[in-house]
Amino acid sequence: MISKQIKYLIIKELKLEMRNKYALGGILLYVVSTVFVSYLSFKKIVTPATWNALFWIILLFASINAIAKSFIGETRGKLLYMYTLASPQAVILSKIIYNSFLLLVLSGLCLLTYTLFIGNIIQDLPLFLITLLLGSFGFSSLLTMVSAIASKAGNNFTLMAILSFPIMIPLLMVLIKLSKNAIDGLERWDLNYLLVLMFLNFIIVALSYLLFRYLWRD
Amino acid sequence: MKKNWWKITAVVFVFYTLIAGFLIPVPAQPILHETIRNLYFHVPMWFSMMTILFVSVWHSIKYLGNPDIQSDIIATQAANTGMMVGALGLITGSLWAKYTWGAWWVADIKLNGAAITMLIYLAYFVLRGSIDEEQKRARIAAVYNIFSFVMLIVFLIILPRMSDSLHPGNGGNPGFSKYDLDSNMRMVFYPAVIGWILFTVWIFTLRVRLEKLKRKTLFDE
Repeated sequence: MISKQIKYLIIKELKLEMRNKYALGGILLYVVSTVFVSYLSFKKIVTPATWNALFWIILLFASINAIAKSFIGETRGKLLYMYTLASPQAVILSKIIYNSFLLLVLSGLCLLTYTLFIGNIIQDLPLFLITLLLGSFGFSSLLTMVSAIASKAGNNFTLMAILSFPIMIPLLMVLIKLSKNAIDGLERWDLNYLLVLMFLNFIIVALSYLLFRYLWRD
Repeated sequence: MKKNWWKITAVVFVFYTLIAGFLIPVPAQPILHETIRNLYFHVPMWFSMMTILFVSVWHSIKYLGNPDIQSDIIATQAANTGMMVGALGLITGSLWAKYTWGAWWVADIKLNGAAITMLIYLAYFVLRGSIDEEQKRARIAAVYNIFSFVMLIVFLIILPRMSDSLHPGNGGNPGFSKYDLDSNMRMVFYPAVIGWILFTVWIFTLRVRLEKLKRKTLFDE
């Protein structure tokens, strides 16, 4: 039942995205131009710490920009209509899944342009890609929930940043640590961090699942 | 009087902490010297803060189950009080750090945890400020409170184990129990913790009563 609803809601999101492609194009262009601006100021980066920090900062801001519109874009009437058709859990899960795809595309593009302009110093690519995958999922679930909260408080973009930064720090620190390991190409994978990352993702999704139904009704 | 025994306990214990904390001999340690007495003030602040923030989250959960504005008032005022003791914890910690580490603030996982806690609750108040409608504000703020508190707890549990820390009790730095061979400090520390927690709860109950009175007068007018 709920999986069917999620499926249709994701299809709806995709259709809407395809209908006005400029929003998607805008956010992809945002990543490319941020990377390009960084390239103009940094040229090539070879220090792992700087490379890593800049990469995640670009991705963080791009993600906030990409996901901020996921609830802010919905008009009141459209939301009301959706609420009569689907369960709140289906709505939040479908948004999380859709946004994860979006962020995956975004982070892939970010890595690609970053490699092209600023250089690629990753020694353990599989680990970095896994980190990126889990990171995209974590970012998307946390930001989707925060954007739902922010959309109820006057659709303020600043508010979205204020609300999300402090609770994103745990996630971000684990991600930075893992991707640093990937850049340095450590012999053994630190499974503890991967487990922590999965655990964080699980907690965020579980909380969103439980709390969203209190958010959506007006 | 029967209801107020815990307030009397709070006053007695806090006064005991102030007097005994400054007078009872402490182990003489290099670098630390007399700053070790900060233990009676700095550490109980964080205990009080976590207690009162837990009260806040508990009432936020209650509010979601049963939307009664009373729970919202309690949750807000608890978060407010928590910020107050948190600020005191930051100030006492910062003073101590200046005399032992030589800087007001150092890049450290424990200090980051404290800073993030403050940021989360400041964001909570900004969120409250940006919604006008009372019921809606209470509901949205409760959701954010629960969401961020869980993330905060995860952060405070996981991250100190991720890296070394300068802070006593972390990363190979001994906590107070290692220095305190004669258990002299425990005689002050435990009452200090209880005293400060009760004192914080007292401030919190006063704030709740004040807020209710404010709303009542507004309502009457």
